[in-house]
Amino acid sequence: MADLRSNFIGIKSPNPFWLASAPPTDKEYNVRRAYEAGWGGVVWKTLGEAGPPVVNVSGPRYGAIWGADRRLLGLNNIELITDRPLEVNLREIKQVKRDYPDRALVVSLMVPCEEEPWKRILKAVEETEADGVELNFGCPHGMAERGMGSAVGQVPEYIEMVTRWVKQNSRMPCIVKLTPNITNILYPAEAAKRGGADAVSLINTINSITSVNLDTFTPEPTIDGWGAHGGYCGPAVKPIALNMVAEIARSANTAGLPISGIGGVTTWRDAAEFMALGAGNVQVCTAAMTYGFKVVQEMISGLSEFMDNHGLTSVDEIVGRAVPKVKDWKDLNLNYVTKAVIDEDLCIKCGRCYAACEDTSHQAIEMGEDRTFRVKDDECVACNLCVNVCPVENCITMKELPLGEVDPRTGRKVEPYANWTTHPNNTAANCG
Amino acid sequence: MPNDQSTPGIVAGRLSADQIAKNFGDLHPPLDAHEARVAADRCYFCHDAPCMTACPTTIDIPLFIRQIATGTAEAAAKTIFAQNILGGMCARVCPTETLCEEACVRNEAECEPVQIGRLQRFATDTFMAKGGHPFTRAAATGKRVAVVGAGPAGLACAHRLAMKGHGVTIFDGRKKGGGLNEFGIAAYKAPGNFAQAELDWLLAIGGITVEYGKRLGDDLSLDDLQKGHDAVFLGIGLAGVNALAVSGSHDGLASAVDWISALRQSKGKADVAVGRDVVVIGGGMTAIDAAVQAKLLGAETVTIAYRRDKAAMAASEFEQDLATSKGVRILYNAAPKSVGKEGITLARTATQGGKLVETGETLTLPADQILRAIGQTLEGAPGVLAIEGGKIAVDATGRTSVAGVWAGGDCATGGEDLTVTAVAEGRDAAEDIHTSLTGGA
Repeated sequence: MADLRSNFIGIKSPNPFWLASAPPTDKEYNVRRAYEAGWGGVVWKTLGEAGPPVVNVSGPRYGAIWGADRRLLGLNNIELITDRPLEVNLREIKQVKRDYPDRALVVSLMVPCEEEPWKRILKAVEETEADGVELNFGCPHGMAERGMGSAVGQVPEYIEMVTRWVKQNSRMPCIVKLTPNITNILYPAEAAKRGGADAVSLINTINSITSVNLDTFTPEPTIDGWGAHGGYCGPAVKPIALNMVAEIARSANTAGLPISGIGGVTTWRDAAEFMALGAGNVQVCTAAMTYGFKVVQEMISGLSEFMDNHGLTSVDEIVGRAVPKVKDWKDLNLNYVTKAVIDEDLCIKCGRCYAACEDTSHQAIEMGEDRTFRVKDDECVACNLCVNVCPVENCITMKELPLGEVDPRTGRKVEPYANWTTHPNNTAANCG
Repeated sequence: MPNDQSTPGIVAGRLSADQIAKNFGDLHPPLDAHEARVAADRCYFCHDAPCMTACPTTIDIPLFIRQIATGTAEAAAKTIFAQNILGGMCARVCPTETLCEEACVRNEAECEPVQIGRLQRFATDTFMAKGGHPFTRAAATGKRVAVVGAGPAGLACAHRLAMKGHGVTIFDGRKKGGGLNEFGIAAYKAPGNFAQAELDWLLAIGGITVEYGKRLGDDLSLDDLQKGHDAVFLGIGLAGVNALAVSGSHDGLASAVDWISALRQSKGKADVAVGRDVVVIGGGMTAIDAAVQAKLLGAETVTIAYRRDKAAMAASEFEQDLATSKGVRILYNAAPKSVGKEGITLARTATQGGKLVETGETLTLPADQILRAIGQTLEGAPGVLAIEGGKIAVDATGRTSVAGVWAGGDCATGGEDLTVTAVAEGRDAAEDIHTSLTGGA
């Protein structure tokens, strides 16, 4: 059993798996159950100002898309921040933290863009002895219409301003949670860093309509005949989140800024991938909402087995391992040549590779009379589509042509590394 | 004292009526909507799909399964009916394990094909439950076609011709239509009077008249049919049954085909008499159907005696397993020698140098009832038609040696003796008849 202990910006937890600020962390009862199940930390569902609590819809709050056998792939929600009184939440946070001192407990916050409300709530949170705060600049629905959540996260100047207030008015570590509903994730990340954030967490949910009811012609989820966009999360958003995490991790301006990775983490493998791309820990929501808190046990055992198998003794050894391998397209080796190879022993003869290549790609697969499929090396551009549509794992693989070998498609020998910046077709490269 | 399983002789009521009703319920219960979605999701939507090639009616299986997967079972049914108007019955009776499902690439992947037959039933049942007919008849052409035999071949032919606007009269020697769907196949494969329901549904295309009780040779002549019609299609099946060449006599010796036919026409099945010790002679589907149904009626012992080995048996592995799972014993390499009071005596056989020989060893089984299922033969085919291998000789489009006369189904050469093959042949003959009636080749 590997040592999974995590120290994220000074906040210690027995493992790097935290529950994200979301419905599962809205109250003491749930959070206690989460800790009992093994979660290393919890980001308490976003608190707002004192006074009358926010009001949620009493119709459906969630919409979803499903894969085979109704496996939930993406979840959308229109729930707002906590709708329970501030003092109740604060009292519970204090009690829970006292009872679980070894677990991380971070409090998510969202108040109007004025310094006074931020001062007030920071003072109140400090009294709970929580480990830190997370600034919710991400929620794209409801609160954004009132100038909070993603409405802040979409304006780098506001991010910087509020983050600065938080750091000036509190001793607590501060994580800034970013919205993906922007053009370039680096702008908000840089703003958070300038404001003094200890870390960023991302992604928050993505603007979305999950489906349209074709009997009533209403978007889902539907509230009394109408629908509003919600925030999308779950396994479907993971690739988007991975890229944004990697962008921050590899950018010169933000490199080294700690990242809490969020977005469709469902298994230990997802968590390890986020960490390899630079996340110091991960936050989970949809997997817990789909399967219950027990899923963390597979994440713990899986990450542990992975680390043992790779001789890793600390989760920090995973963090950022893949970051140097993330490049711009212009850096890729244009002289690298591979060819698809079909393993006829594994092939089940479904012909999907053939249909995909013949109809939509390069006509590089031929179909024999007995349904044997073979790659035509002189046509194959190595697009990888056949690999992706093949239902059998490892049946189609990509074989690298060694240096000096002739590519039957181009008739040219494989040359050493060279990229677009020096390519003869690149007029920009040759004008000087 | 009421009868039970050990009552000697051939008697009804060996099991309670409730038990018998239960035994004759659906062999493969229908999939519900969720099960269908899950099953449909396993289809890989293969290119030039092997299942489609394996289907004698060439149903576009990947397309109809995708239509089910996307929540449009009625569109799926139309895809099926376009190729096979008896798709509902075929979904129930096709030996899918030797046709589409045998070809499914999922067998390679995980030794478990997509449940094509059950998915087909889901689609066709959904459509038929909603009511209505999937096709509209073309404007009447004024041409008249006689179809002899209201079995799968005749019905498929009549439907396709009617669809194209021709006027069709179906003649059938029995009092009811459906052919083997109604009188032949095992009751548990099409419970709920499905064959008649499907027949009525099929006739809703319009333009088809059915005349029952008219048998070719007795009440009709080919000559008269030709005079009164622009074309004739024969789908007369194999009406004769082979006799058993054994010495001795036995009161309980009967044709399996006749026994099954009587059983099919019994509503509750509890009035059907069955032996305590039943021996079925044969190795085809009829032998399996007779044996399994004898067991379901409460026979104490049921043995299928087949003269060759397991591999040579015409009934599929699936059917053999079904029989043994119901408690039927299959005795391979046992050929009937004699029958008498003691039952039936069988000679042990072996294959030597490609020839079946008797080993000299015999065994005698007690038998109240002996059902022979050793093949059916063509009977009542008009003498002018060329015969080939005991069947009416036809070309690829169903044309016989006599101009203006087509034939298909079990009575004609080509293809296996299966419902689905009969449907394909009837349909294809109809297309050719249409071409020839409308000035084509």
